[in-house]
Amino acid sequence: MLKMTDVKKVFRTDLVETQALRDFNLHVGEGDFVAVTGPSGSGKTTFLNIAGLLETFSGGKYELDGQDVSNLNDKKRSQLRNEKIGFIFQSFNLIPDLNLFDNVDVPLRYRGFNSAERKKRIENSLEMVGLAQRMKHLPSQLSGGQQQRVAIARALAGEPRFLLADEPTGNLDTQMANSVMDLLKNINDAGTTIIMVTHDGELASQARRNIYVRDGKVSEVNNADISSPAQLSAV
Amino acid sequence: MFGYYIKLALKSVKRNPILSLLMVTAIALGIGACMTTITVNYLMSADPIPHKSQQLFHIQVDSWDPNNAYSDDADSLPNQLTWTDATNFTLAKKALRQSAMGMSGGIIEPAGDDAKPFEASIRLAYTDFFPMFDVPFIYGTAWDSQSDTDREQVVVLSKRTNESVFGGENSVGKTIVIDGRNFQIVGVIDDWQPMPKFYDVNNGGFNETEQLFMPFSLKEELELPNWGNNNCWKSPDGEGYKAFLQSECINTQMWVELPNDLAKAEYMDYLNNYVMEQKKLGRFPRPLNNRLSNVMEWMASQEVVEEDAKMMMWLSFMFLLVCLLNTIGLLLAKFTGKSSEIGLRLAVGASKADLFKQHLLETALIGVMGGIAGILLALVGLQGIKSLYGDFVDDLASLDLSMILVALSIALLSSILAGLYPTWRACNIAPASQLKSQ
Repeated sequence: MLKMTDVKKVFRTDLVETQALRDFNLHVGEGDFVAVTGPSGSGKTTFLNIAGLLETFSGGKYELDGQDVSNLNDKKRSQLRNEKIGFIFQSFNLIPDLNLFDNVDVPLRYRGFNSAERKKRIENSLEMVGLAQRMKHLPSQLSGGQQQRVAIARALAGEPRFLLADEPTGNLDTQMANSVMDLLKNINDAGTTIIMVTHDGELASQARRNIYVRDGKVSEVNNADISSPAQLSAV
Repeated sequence: MFGYYIKLALKSVKRNPILSLLMVTAIALGIGACMTTITVNYLMSADPIPHKSQQLFHIQVDSWDPNNAYSDDADSLPNQLTWTDATNFTLAKKALRQSAMGMSGGIIEPAGDDAKPFEASIRLAYTDFFPMFDVPFIYGTAWDSQSDTDREQVVVLSKRTNESVFGGENSVGKTIVIDGRNFQIVGVIDDWQPMPKFYDVNNGGFNETEQLFMPFSLKEELELPNWGNNNCWKSPDGEGYKAFLQSECINTQMWVELPNDLAKAEYMDYLNNYVMEQKKLGRFPRPLNNRLSNVMEWMASQEVVEEDAKMMMWLSFMFLLVCLLNTIGLLLAKFTGKSSEIGLRLAVGASKADLFKQHLLETALIGVMGGIAGILLALVGLQGIKSLYGDFVDDLASLDLSMILVALSIALLSSILAGLYPTWRACNIAPASQLKSQ
């Protein structure tokens, strides 16, 4: 479903060349829940950006849902992002002056759905994250956990094949983080593939599968090896 | 998506009200300055009689000093005629219609004990003046050609004069006293203010039309004063009014109506023959050089649109450019502030083209708002021109529908041009960096 073979990513400036990913190999199957851990600067976020078609890569091959995405133009990449991928960010990235309904509406607008279809999907998504009663509220009127739920609703509204989550609980307290994690597990149980970047070993251990990234390379680890931050850093 | 983009544009304007206000103000100032000067130039250079301007011709003949051309340009011709030549051309009746004309003035003495006398300008002309220039009448008609020949003391009043002296009622058949003489009123014209006042640009191309009209032949008969420009290259031969009239001084305008090219060519032959005959009598010492200019040619040759006005217009365009450069800076700041939203939209499936359209529409909306505010500023600017130059520029200093559309078009176009670079830059941000850094 998501297959990266020898993917490389090099950032170049006039003075420095940095290899963010080197021979990165990963295969994620349908329905997986993959937690990606690793130290800061190891290439986790670069991997996620490439997986989400937000960045191009310098070498190797990346197939998304069986399609080679190496040479797609901007329009095609946008279309793939819109139809197959949902994003969840650490800082929620809600648009502050749009209410919840309009925030969830953003990806659907670029999908070309009619207004009835959009309304149905928005209401269902907000219902799923338990915020259907607050769809006319602005993000600033919600707690952090609720804002992240809205971001999840926005990611789910288009019924994507993948959810890519970058530190989805990084800005939340433990209680809210667990609540969001429970929601993600439910979503995964319903069949959506999730790839989650996190520093939190405890959360990572709740995923079905864990990969560890260091120096731009990936290694598979067992959940038991990463149940605590101390164990994680020892891997 | 258009409605969605409009909704987003309005929200964006509301989100940064001060930045938006600065942009609208910058565009409004530029548009206001431009529209003020464009309007004045547009109305100054408008065709005042579009349906006939190709058939009406102003006559020029070179009766000037043998040693010096009329002006520094060696090919230049006197811009008026002598009384003698203008009278001869009119009486020859070689054109479909023709009229010599000049300016004079007098004191109107209204009837009634309370009414005060007042000074009025007079247009001296032949009867053809009225149909030739399509002058509209409310009451009566022009005098007939017999009145020209018989030098009858008849008069046509302007609407304003009729209102001042007769309270606006039908005064045809009544008598009006001008400089102590009785004149019979034969007609009252409706509001008529060609802009520019093409038939006599020598005496003020944007002056009001005269308050009274009377036969040109009365100039000699009543020795009416000359109110318009008068230029002489040599002194009159003798003393007195008759000598002045028969001198080489130029103070008379002359227009003819020639319906086609053949008529124009025949009239030019007539002028050439006339001058050759006059040369035999010792007049017209300069080389044969006669000219027939239609309305627009005449106004261009007389530079009715003054260089100052043109210069002001170009300066105002430069000012608009400066305002737009400011707007570009403000748009860059505004779109930089929206980087995270743009990054998000890219991430969730918007293409660069989608975002380009969205943000260009936002700049267009700001442009339209600036345009509307600019029109209001232009109205203020034109009001300023009125207060500087007086009521007679009322027609010059007014925005019509076409000028309002021009203002909005310039505002829209210039704001879109100003928005191109900031929009392109905004759409080309790397979404990943914006999403992580929020």
